[in-house]
Amino acid sequence: MSVATESTATAPAAHHGEPTGLWSWITTVDHKRIGIMYFMTSIVFLLIGGLEALLIRIQLFKPENDFISAELYNQLFTMHGTTMIFLVAMPMAVAYFNYIVPLQIGARDVAFPRLNALSYWIYLFGGIYLNVSWFVGAAPNTSWVGYANLTSTQFSPGLNVDFWVLGLSILGVSSIMGGVNFVTTIINLRAPGMKLMRMPLFTWMTFVTSFLLITALPVIAVALIMLAFDRFFAANFFNVAAGGDPVLWQHLFWIFGHPEVYILVLPAFGVISDVIPAFSRKPLFGYPVVVYAGVLIGFIGWGVWSHHMFTSGLGPIADSFFVATTMIIAIPTGVKIFNWMATMWGGAIRFTTAMNFAIGLVALFTVGGLSGVMHASAPVDLQQHDSYFVVAHFHYVIVGGILLGMFSGLYYWFPKVTGRFLSEKLGAWHFWTTLIGFNLTFFPMHFSGMFGQPRRTWTYQSELGIELFNQLSTIGGFILGVSTLIMLWNVLKSARSGAPAGSNPWGAPSLEWSIPSPPHHYNFPALPEVRSREPMWHDDERAAIEAVTLAEPETEPEMPGPSFWPIVVASGVTATWALVMTGVWWAPLLGLVYTGFGVYMWAFEDPFKHLKSSH
Amino acid sequence: MADASAAVAHDDHHYTATGLNSWKVGFWTFIGSECLFFGTLISTYMVYKGESLVGPFSGDVFDIPLTTISTFVLLMSSLAMVLALDGVQRGNKKLALTWLAAVIVLGATFLGFQVYEFNHFYHEGLSLSTNLLGSSFYVLTGFHGAHVTIGVIWLTTLFIMSAMNKLPPEKALNVEIAGLYWHFVDIVWIVIFVLVYLIQ
Amino acid sequence: MKSLRTALGTLVLALLTAGCSLEGDYPQSSVAPTSDFALMIHELYADIFWWTLLILAVVWVVLAYILIRFRARPDSPVPKQIHGHMGLEIGWTIGPALIVVAISIPTIQAVFATQQGDPEGSLVVDVIGHQYWWEFRYPDSGLITANEVHIPVDRPVSFRISSDDVIHSFWVPMLGGKRDANPMRIRPEGEDPKYNWIHLTANETGTFWGQCAEFCGDSHSLMGFRVVVEDEAGFQAWQADLATPVAAPATAAADPAQDTTTADAAPAPAQVAQVDPLVEQGREIFHQQTCIACHAIAGTNAMGEIAPNLTLFGRRSSLAAGWLENTPENLQAWIKAPQDIKPGALMPGVAVAGGNWPATNLTDDQVEAIAAYLYSLR
Repeated sequence: MSVATESTATAPAAHHGEPTGLWSWITTVDHKRIGIMYFMTSIVFLLIGGLEALLIRIQLFKPENDFISAELYNQLFTMHGTTMIFLVAMPMAVAYFNYIVPLQIGARDVAFPRLNALSYWIYLFGGIYLNVSWFVGAAPNTSWVGYANLTSTQFSPGLNVDFWVLGLSILGVSSIMGGVNFVTTIINLRAPGMKLMRMPLFTWMTFVTSFLLITALPVIAVALIMLAFDRFFAANFFNVAAGGDPVLWQHLFWIFGHPEVYILVLPAFGVISDVIPAFSRKPLFGYPVVVYAGVLIGFIGWGVWSHHMFTSGLGPIADSFFVATTMIIAIPTGVKIFNWMATMWGGAIRFTTAMNFAIGLVALFTVGGLSGVMHASAPVDLQQHDSYFVVAHFHYVIVGGILLGMFSGLYYWFPKVTGRFLSEKLGAWHFWTTLIGFNLTFFPMHFSGMFGQPRRTWTYQSELGIELFNQLSTIGGFILGVSTLIMLWNVLKSARSGAPAGSNPWGAPSLEWSIPSPPHHYNFPALPEVRSREPMWHDDERAAIEAVTLAEPETEPEMPGPSFWPIVVASGVTATWALVMTGVWWAPLLGLVYTGFGVYMWAFEDPFKHLKSSH
Repeated sequence: MADASAAVAHDDHHYTATGLNSWKVGFWTFIGSECLFFGTLISTYMVYKGESLVGPFSGDVFDIPLTTISTFVLLMSSLAMVLALDGVQRGNKKLALTWLAAVIVLGATFLGFQVYEFNHFYHEGLSLSTNLLGSSFYVLTGFHGAHVTIGVIWLTTLFIMSAMNKLPPEKALNVEIAGLYWHFVDIVWIVIFVLVYLIQ
Repeated sequence: MKSLRTALGTLVLALLTAGCSLEGDYPQSSVAPTSDFALMIHELYADIFWWTLLILAVVWVVLAYILIRFRARPDSPVPKQIHGHMGLEIGWTIGPALIVVAISIPTIQAVFATQQGDPEGSLVVDVIGHQYWWEFRYPDSGLITANEVHIPVDRPVSFRISSDDVIHSFWVPMLGGKRDANPMRIRPEGEDPKYNWIHLTANETGTFWGQCAEFCGDSHSLMGFRVVVEDEAGFQAWQADLATPVAAPATAAADPAQDTTTADAAPAPAQVAQVDPLVEQGREIFHQQTCIACHAIAGTNAMGEIAPNLTLFGRRSSLAAGWLENTPENLQAWIKAPQDIKPGALMPGVAVAGGNWPATNLTDDQVEAIAAYLYSLR
């Protein structure tokens, strides 16, 4: 098979003409470098969020424990959720969008390279801003959903919620711009012949996710603005004394929040929809069905939000409506799972680490999906809602679905990014410790929830009889921690000394495997012409494409030059929001002026000036 | 937004799969996002309509004739925007400058009306924290006003560029995108005018 | 690899053990229904559980078969390139769709069945969530209690749920699902306030554990309560005792409203005779200190409404909202330093202020006396 023919690859050569050094990274507009920065940053936040989780698990190891205080515990679980969703899962997916999508569609960069850099820097600064709260002893403490009216100044007078509301607003800006960028990139920058229905599934799911980003994020942005006005300028949006309705917050949050779930999970579905065919040496079974199922999930995802609110008292008619929509969304999700299995059926399955993680997703996401069907039933949800059963459910979705998918993608695309394989031996350790640690952590939570442990509780009484389950979860959590360290070690080690990988080490079908590993900064010397969904699996098509993509061009394609202004504007956006915290109405205006300055410098900067000066 | 200016010329030479300019596609996408933004603000206003516990209520403060005039002003600015774009596309600097100036003046006039209105309402006793109307009205129309302000600044920039002969027909896309934004902000106001002012 | 498999085996074994102990002693079990409401939910849950288990089994078994049967071998040829099969796609769309319908129909029936109006003759109990305790009011009799609510067995009860501050959630797993306690929005004139309701008929006597299920601040985890389900006679007796507390003068018992003016001035002789000096001392301290600004004890001058009502406190099984067993040691510790036990509690301690109140500066003896007095409220 193709692996054998590619194993003769030599050590990856550094490409000429690419600037190095810290400054080159700060000013880069190259989607690949931005992708790498996104990934590394999200890994750092993964470690922080994981550490928070482990402290939570130590606290819950025994009943009536006082290892940490209730105040600290509340900050830890709030920041764990906020970090894992907004600073890990989303940006890690965006890292893959960045690096892989342009390569998969045959583009030299994204549609707006500087905007892309801006998205990254805002993400970084927003993440730092949120975590600065630890150092002033006021980390957000009202959970990642921040239900009104607990977040009002009356009940949360400290800076904690200020950090949360402003930090999330900053991150929202980054996500919306990312969404705009990838929608445009995928619509406009596909290589000749790369019709929509020839795009790899990962690109497709990026496309759907990007639409969800640009539509869902504004909703939470408005909710956050309303909360900020309540807190800083004494508005009444969620003030019950003035007739405000706290449940409105729940509606707005979940109108964003449920599409957000699909923003998180669809990229992972996309990854394994590419990985499974590659390692089964068979095209994706029912390609159009899998695509449409993803699109359908994206659409129906907008009509299910109130299933997060079955206990809030919406009345039987609304409850029934959301029961029905939620049940319906299970169907396309199930269809995807069956299609992945049908793809493997009759294939020649190679159990690489990437494939193992993808198979793990199919097996374990199913558990999370099915427990989701349980609390789609509103009356059953009255028991399960806000209990550890739900915690078990969404960790099976987020870890069993999203994180396993992301790890699958890591092992799959690492050779493309670095020109070297990740160690398969360490990969096996990583996979099995993840699998065991994950199940040991989260499976017992079904039981602790069933026996009445509510979520977001600092401790529990020994009489509840749930100590054993919590202990298993804690042990599992530490195994999961070890697995993450193994992954980290593997990445750091293999990036330097992994086995060299050629342009298509896995014998995979899509376009990113037609160019050298790592790619040139311009990706494609000339745009290849695509004629099918699996261009690299059809010998004549592959030959034609590689004749273009592996050639050394006489003159390098013109690429936009580095820019300092994205980081300036990003710091301005962050400063503007942070200055809202002062409560002085004109303080943010200072930030706005600074941002405006950056925007003007950016607007009148010629991205191609570096080419002109060299003439 | 304003950063559309410089990069456009280069992108024009680039191949795109749809033949559409990427800035246009991107900006339409952004406007889609903005629809949800204003949609949520307007929905919140509608949800809280008639729920205020204490006055002043909307009937006490709204001055429909006055707002009708400011709405008309903003509508006319959209017309001027069309003519300004036409001027730039045809390379007619005089036409372009005249109509760009008209858009800017009309936009600024609208903002003047809004400042007057806010000030008037405030003196009638409606502040951000008076009641639900105060909160939802000021935040909705305030964010709309902020969008108009950004538009005025953007168009002023284009006006200066045109005056300095830096807005040749090849760069008309800059004006076209600013126009897209302007028309969008205008349409949002029509919706606000109907839902907030007319249907009480 | 072998060690990993051993570990995996141990895991499965541990979970099976855990699963087998479902019948153990779990006072907050959501799968041990003791009311019609809980039973309806449980039957629905069981129904859905088997459907989902069936699907999971099919997926896992087929997946396992695929992984064994279709693993690549060194001599594997390039597999046949199959792109899809419309019949299969339709099949695995319709199959799950039918299961989903099979789940949805009883679900929606139960949605409506659990949200009908008050059943005839039901006992209405107002549930009011506070940071971090529960207030219970019986609107029919005007009686008030806190953190331990009594209801009769085999008689419909309607909990009318609201909150005094932030959102809480009222959850007694063995009696059924939870409903959020939303703060009452003030509505314009002519519009009714919107409560959440739970309607249920308990079918077993006993003391059932409940807990706040919506995150509500620092001590959310310490916001428990108990529901005491009694037979009708026991419930009536309890209500009568609540209306005519032992600590109140017998002469005024018929009309508790009058007691407030006379309670301290003219304690009934019969009462004093029974009371030991420590109790009497505690009673004096309690009623002279700031305690009465927040707490109420029916039949006395203590009429505060912002903290738990302490009428018949001595009979409660727990204190500090279900968190501690109601013992003298615990009670004294609680009075001395409430925030040590429950962060964010508004009660002032001996050395620490609480709510808007300064520290109480009580001595250990005084604390002991207060505790003794509170236990006399039986």
